[in-house]
Amino acid sequence: MNTGLDHRHLLGLSDYSAREINLILETARRFRDILNRPIKKVPTLRGITVVNLFFESSTRTRISFELAEKRLSADTVNFSASGSSVSKGESLKDTAQNIEAMKIDMVVVRHESPGAPHFLTQCVDAVVINAGDGAHEHPTQALLDMLTISDRFDSLSGLNVSIVGDILHSRVARSNIHGLLTMGANVTICGPQSLLPVHLEKMPRAGSLRITNRLEEALEGCDVAMALRIQLERQGRSLFPSMREYHEQFGIQMHHLDRYKDLIVMHPGPVNRGVELASEVVDHERAVILNQVTNGVAVRMSVLYLLSGQSSPE
Amino acid sequence: MEPNDVIKAQLMDAQDLERTLNRMARQIVEMFNLDESRASSFALIGMQSRGVHIAARIRQIILDVDGIDVPLGILDATMYRDDFRLRFKQPVVRETKIDFDIDGRDIVLVDDVLFTGRTTRAGLDALTDLGRPASVHFLVLIDRGLRELPIKADFVGKRVPTLPGEEVRVRLSEMDDKEGIWLVERPFNANNERS
Repeated sequence: MNTGLDHRHLLGLSDYSAREINLILETARRFRDILNRPIKKVPTLRGITVVNLFFESSTRTRISFELAEKRLSADTVNFSASGSSVSKGESLKDTAQNIEAMKIDMVVVRHESPGAPHFLTQCVDAVVINAGDGAHEHPTQALLDMLTISDRFDSLSGLNVSIVGDILHSRVARSNIHGLLTMGANVTICGPQSLLPVHLEKMPRAGSLRITNRLEEALEGCDVAMALRIQLERQGRSLFPSMREYHEQFGIQMHHLDRYKDLIVMHPGPVNRGVELASEVVDHERAVILNQVTNGVAVRMSVLYLLSGQSSPE
Repeated sequence: MEPNDVIKAQLMDAQDLERTLNRMARQIVEMFNLDESRASSFALIGMQSRGVHIAARIRQIILDVDGIDVPLGILDATMYRDDFRLRFKQPVVRETKIDFDIDGRDIVLVDDVLFTGRTTRAGLDALTDLGRPASVHFLVLIDRGLRELPIKADFVGKRVPTLPGEEVRVRLSEMDDKEGIWLVERPFNANNERS
């Protein structure tokens, strides 16, 4: 009987099974217990070296991975594109092979190009974990979102989850859609027409997927609303008229929480207060944004632990 | 039993098991002078997975016979194992649940089989990260010898000298379809590993 993961890397959730996702979430709950102890460290990954390869700026994901690695006693090396050989014109492949020559067991990579982690698996032997690649996937974010949801509900199966915002450019949305559908949740995606995908892949999954342009329609009967960050830095191309108008039409506000009494609100952060979520909504007891952050460390510990076994030769 | 197990001998049946647990419960009560007031400075901690059920049974015997309710904890030492690099698939991490402060307590750590001593070492390290007990004693149902570390048990159900190719199978009704302890032999698989 196979009790581990069927994959050697975590590039995305599109091909992870419900059994594997459940294993990651269950193991994450065990690791979360450690984070509540006086000594928040276990020797599990002693002797394993992990490099955090961040070609794109990131604060919380990088800190979350780094904390997870340290809690497991792994040795960590941080690499960020600015101030490195990349700014001298080194290619991804050369950077990766140089790092591998330093005997690294696992690579956590964030890159602006979709598929960069997949490319890495072809040029290095180390285990690769995707920490976000372009608009493709951000699997550990979706896993921590699913852990946060499963803390509040008995099962992900049959839950109604709405993802609101810039779906088109969002790797968080993409990973969540794959993961949630695999776990049997019903997913509604909602946003301005210009920020929705033009066509949806038909995927044979346990849950169902639908699209709407109306927030009220997305929130009616919904258990969890996930607001996505509007990337202000990308608003050079205007995909919607103004932040104010976006907030009016797609921002989750207090009157929504009043109307939908059981609705839980999530956000991958960092939040633009008054854009995706009204400021009072961010601070509301039914917003579980900080639980998501805590769960992020636990989920990353779980993924590092479960994949680290694959780093040694069979 | 596991697939491919060849049974060599039955070491205990259900009745032997009950008698052994009763005897070990007596030894614990005697050694720690257990009474109502001492119960708060004592605890049984079962190691995942079968040690948990053994510890629970001993706790129940002490409650039934002596009327003393001793605290019971669950310890999983997976994160503290030293065979990490030797494995391909990671073992499943199970729950650790100790709802009391272990500082200053006399702890009896409970496991089913004592073999190399490596799991016990991992258990001691896991316990140390949770606090500083006054003392730790160790209870096992079967001591099969072949130690690789300087570890011994304080309470032993039965000492059974074994060979490296053999395995001891403890089966408990709480989680298995039978009750008793068997000595088995495992054939090597194609990779020259015990299956």
